Amino acid sequence: MTNLTDLGIAAIRDGFKAGDFTARDVASAFNEAVAGAKALNAFIVETPEIALAAADQADKDRASGSLKPLSGVPIGMKDLFATKDVQTTAASHILEGFVPQYESTVSGKLWNAGAGMLGKLNLDQFAMGSSNETSFFGNVISPWRRNNGDTAALAPGGSSGGTSSAIAARLVPGATGTDTGGSIRQPAAFTGISGIKPTYGRCSRWGIVAFASSLDQAGPMARDVRDCAILLENMAGFDPKDSTSLDLPVPNWEAALSTDLKGKRVGIPKEYRVDGMPAEIDALWEQGINWLKDAGAEIVNVSLPHTQYALPAYYIIAPAEASSNLARYDGVRYGLRDLPDGANLQDMYAATRAAGFGDEVKRRILIGTYVLSAGFYDAYYTQAQKVRTLIARDFDQAWETCDLLLTPTAPSAAFGLGEKSDDPLAMYLNDVFTVPTSLAGLPAMSVPGGLDALGLPLGLQIIGKALDEQTVLNAGLAIEERAGFTARADKWW
Amino acid sequence: MSVDHATVRKIASLARIAVTDDQVEAMVPELNNILGWIEQLGEVDTSAVQPMTAVIPNVLRLRDDVVTDGDVRDAVLKNAPQAEQGFFTVPKVIE
Amino acid sequence: MSSYRIQGTTGEWEVVIGLEVHAQVTSNSKLFSGAAASFGAEPNTQVSLVDAAMPGMLPVPNAECIRQAVRTGLAIDAQINRWSRFDRKNYFYADLPQGYQISQLYHPLVGEGHLEIDADEKAGILEAKRIGVERIHVEQDAGKLMHDQHPTRSYVDLNRSGVALMEIVSRPDMTSPAEAGAYLRKLRAILRYVGSCDGNMEEGSMRADVNVSVRRAGEELGTRTETKNVNSVRFVMQAIEHEANRQVDVLEAGGKIVQETRLFNPDTGTTRSMRSKEDAHDYRYFPDPDLLPLELTEAFVEECRASLPELPDAKRARYVDVLGISAYNAAVLTAEVETARWFEALLDQGAEAKQAANWVMSELFGALNRLGKSIEDSPVSPAQAAELLTLVTDGTLSGSLAKQVFEKMLETGDSAGTIVERDGLKQTSDTGAIEAVIADVLAKNPGQLEQYRSGKEALFGFFVGQTMKAMAGKANPAVVNELLKKALG
Repeated sequence: MTNLTDLGIAAIRDGFKAGDFTARDVASAFNEAVAGAKALNAFIVETPEIALAAADQADKDRASGSLKPLSGVPIGMKDLFATKDVQTTAASHILEGFVPQYESTVSGKLWNAGAGMLGKLNLDQFAMGSSNETSFFGNVISPWRRNNGDTAALAPGGSSGGTSSAIAARLVPGATGTDTGGSIRQPAAFTGISGIKPTYGRCSRWGIVAFASSLDQAGPMARDVRDCAILLENMAGFDPKDSTSLDLPVPNWEAALSTDLKGKRVGIPKEYRVDGMPAEIDALWEQGINWLKDAGAEIVNVSLPHTQYALPAYYIIAPAEASSNLARYDGVRYGLRDLPDGANLQDMYAATRAAGFGDEVKRRILIGTYVLSAGFYDAYYTQAQKVRTLIARDFDQAWETCDLLLTPTAPSAAFGLGEKSDDPLAMYLNDVFTVPTSLAGLPAMSVPGGLDALGLPLGLQIIGKALDEQTVLNAGLAIEERAGFTARADKWW
Repeated sequence: MSVDHATVRKIASLARIAVTDDQVEAMVPELNNILGWIEQLGEVDTSAVQPMTAVIPNVLRLRDDVVTDGDVRDAVLKNAPQAEQGFFTVPKVIE
Repeated sequence: MSSYRIQGTTGEWEVVIGLEVHAQVTSNSKLFSGAAASFGAEPNTQVSLVDAAMPGMLPVPNAECIRQAVRTGLAIDAQINRWSRFDRKNYFYADLPQGYQISQLYHPLVGEGHLEIDADEKAGILEAKRIGVERIHVEQDAGKLMHDQHPTRSYVDLNRSGVALMEIVSRPDMTSPAEAGAYLRKLRAILRYVGSCDGNMEEGSMRADVNVSVRRAGEELGTRTETKNVNSVRFVMQAIEHEANRQVDVLEAGGKIVQETRLFNPDTGTTRSMRSKEDAHDYRYFPDPDLLPLELTEAFVEECRASLPELPDAKRARYVDVLGISAYNAAVLTAEVETARWFEALLDQGAEAKQAANWVMSELFGALNRLGKSIEDSPVSPAQAAELLTLVTDGTLSGSLAKQVFEKMLETGDSAGTIVERDGLKQTSDTGAIEAVIADVLAKNPGQLEQYRSGKEALFGFFVGQTMKAMAGKANPAVVNELLKKALG
C-alpha cells in the first residue's frame, strides 16, 4: 500500500471516496508525520485529535453517502487564521495563549467542506518576514538541504514558512497561506511546492490576523496545481463581513483546468531581469517560456516601467497599515499584559508592546508610525499610494498585449537561516518579484520549475488579470506537466 | 529625511513601544537605511496621479440596520488579562 | 456681532466660539457592527467581537447611519459629498479598543452648511444670525471608563464603543455664550425634527466640544482651547463664560494661552487642563484600508431629501403666513418637534388654527406645567382637544365653560362631549330662560339699574356678570348681551 502521506489533496479525496482507505487512516498517518517532525518546527500547535474527529465524521459521512468536497482530507492552518477554541498567535508572544471564540471565514469554509485540522502552522511574526525567522516560537527549518554535504539549516521562505515546510516534508497534503507581498509564492518557490494568491477580495479576510489590510489575501499551498485549485474553491467566496470581499460566484477552477494555452499571450516583463540574478534562475525562466510556447501560448515582451518602485512603495504602505492594525495589541482585552510596578495605563501599553512584539514587527511599526506622522504623510504615504496607482496601471497596459505574465518567483533559491537576518533591507529585496502583483491586487501563483546546482528548488511565477485565476492555474499546470518536478527533500528530521 | 535619536524616541512613544537607549542606538542607522531606500519614490512624477483607493474595482456595501450581534460578554471577556464584574480593568486612569 | 464683551482690567475683549457637536445617530445597531446601540445595558453586553477589536475583525458600515447623516446635512442646506471616505485616527486609550477611531478627516460625508439663530434681545442677540457649519462627518464613539469602582483600577465598558456619531463642526461664528446656546438649541431642534438624533444630552447622546478664544476688537484670532464633552446647553454657556474670562486673566497677566484640551466641571462651572490627552495630538490619520470609499448614488441622496419632514424654520413661517398664527405663538409651537407634532395632530382633527394655537399656548401648556408633564405625556389627546374646541366653535360651550370641561377632562380622562352631557355644562341660548333670569337680576339690583339708566354705562358688565353667575356660566354670552341691551333699554 502506498504511503498515505505521499498523497496529495486530490488523491486523498478520490481514494477516500473510492474506498481505498479510511479518513482515520489518512489522519493518523499525517498525525504521525507531524509528531515525528519536531525538528522542522513547522507547527505552533498540533491538533491530532481535531484531525481524527474530522476524519471520523468523514468516515461516517461516506457511510451515509453525504460526502463533502474535502471529506477525508486533513490540512494545516497557518496560525494567522483565528480558529475557535484553538490558540491563535500570529507567531507573536503578544498573542501567546489567545484562544479565539470565533472561526475565521476561510478556515470555517474549509471545515464545512469536510477538511480536518492537523495543527496551526508556524509563520513569521504577524506575517512579517521572508524567511520565517521572526516567529516568537522559533525558526521554521526547511526540509531541503543543499546537495554539497552542507547541512546548514535553510529558510523555508516566509511568511508562510510553516506551511511550505510542512507540505514539502509531507506532514500535510496542503495548507492555507496568506500573502501580503509574496508570503505564499516565495515560500512555495523555496520548498518546491505550488501556491496561489488569488485576486484581492476573493478570500474573506474576516478572522485573519491583519498585517496590511489592503494587501493581505489568503490562498492555498499544496504539492501541485490541481490541489491548489481544489483548496482555493473551498476557501474563496463572498463574505458580507468583509467590506473588501468581492461579491462574485466562485468558479469551478478544478473542473476547468486545462493545459491548452492556445490563443493565450504570455508577457515577459523586461524589468524583471534584475542585476545579480543567478544565471540558473534566468535559465529556468527561459525554460518556462519554452514550456508555455509548447503548450500553445504566444510569447510577447512587455514593460512594467514602475517595477523598481514597487518595493519601496510596499515598504511604506504595508508598515503604515500594520502600525495601525497592530495598535489593538495593547494588553487590555486579550493577549500579553506587562504591567511594571507603579505603571500607569500608557506605561502598560509601552511595556506590553515592547515585551510582546519581536524586532521585525517593532521595526515595521516604527517605520509605519513615522511615515504617517505629522508632516510626512503626503511625502511618504500619499506618494506611495500614487505610485501604487502607476504600478497597477503598468499591469493594465500590459494586459493590452498579453493575457498573463511569466517571471521568476524569487531572485534566489532558499538561503540559509541567519544569512540575511542581520540586514533587513537585503531580506526585503527577496520580495522584488512578488510585491508588484500584491500592490495591484492581481492573482499570481508559484510553481516549481527545477532545481539549482545545489539541488534546491526554484519557482516560476505566473501573474494573471484580476479575477482570472483560471488562466493562472492553467498555465501553472502546463508548466507542472512539462517540468515533471518530482524532487523531494530527503528525510533527515 | 533622516531620523535622529530624538525622532526614534518620539516615534516609539507614539507607537507605545518602550525602547532602551541601546535599542535606540541600534535603530537609528537601521531605520535611516530603510528610509533612505524608500525615498527613491520621490523620483517618480505623480503630479497627475490619484492615490490608489481600491485595487480591484468594488463598491462599499452598506448593511441593514439590524441588531445581529452582541450579547456575548463571556466571549468578549474570555481572553482578558484582567476582568472584574463584567468589565475589563486597567491601571487607574486620571483624566 | 453680539454685544457680548469681557471687561478686562486693560479693556474690552471679544470672544470667538466654535462648537463641535457629537450627536449619536439614532439607529438600532452600531456604525460598523451588528451590536445594539441602545443606552443603559449591563456592561459589555452590547459588544460584538468587532467592537472589542478582536484580531481579524472587520468593519461593515450601517446604511441607516449614513442615511441619517445625509438627511441631517440636507436639513442644514449642506453639500452632500457623493464620494467620501473613512479614515483612521490613531491613538491609544483604554476606551478605544482598535487603537484607532474610524472617522472621516480628509473627505467627510457632509460639507458646508448653515443654520439660523433667532434674535433674542434679552440674551443680547440683537438680530437673527446665520451660523456656518463647516462639515458633518460620521465616526465611532468610544467606550466608557469608570474610575470609582476600585482604588487602583479603572473599569472599561465597551457598550458605547462603535456607536455611530455625527460630528457637526461649526464655523467659529459665535461671539457670546448666548449665541452658542441658541445655536445648540436650534441644532438640537433640527436633529430631533429630522429624527437623526434624540438630542438627549443627559444620556450623552448629544455633547459638545467647545472651542474658545479671545481677542481685542479687530485683532487676529487668539489661541484657542478645546473643552471636551460638555453635555448641556447651560454647561456649554458656563464653560464659555469661564474659559473666556480665564483666558482674559491669563493674557492680561502677561501670560500666553496654551492650545490644549480642557475638562469642564459642572459642580464648579470651571474648566481645567486635561492631562491624559496631552500627548495624543499626532493622530496619523490615513484612509481605513478595511473600507472602500463611500459612494452615494443620486437616488440615495434624493430618497434622503424626500424623507425629510418640514423643518422648524419653514414650519414657523407657514404657521404665520398660511395659518395666521402670531409670530410668538408660531415660534413656541415649532421650537420642539413634539409640540409641533401634537399641534398638527390637533389641526388634523379639524381644529381651527388660531383658536387651537391660543388654546395650546394658554390652556394646554398651563395644565401640563401644573401637572409637570411633557406634551408627549399629555393626559388629553389631540382628538379629545379637538372635540373640546369644536364644542366652543359651535356654541355648545362658552370660553369659561370650556375651561371647566377641560379641567374635568384632565381629571377623568373622559371626552368633552361626555362631560358636557353628564354634568349638564351645555351653554344655553334659550331666550325665554335668559330673559327670565335678566328680569330677576334687574329686580334684585334696583340701585345699579338706576345708575345705569342715568348714564353709567360701564355697569353693563356688572349685569352680564350677574346674569352669567345666576345661570352658572352656562348662558351663551352673545345672547345674554343682546337680551340685556334690550332689557336695559
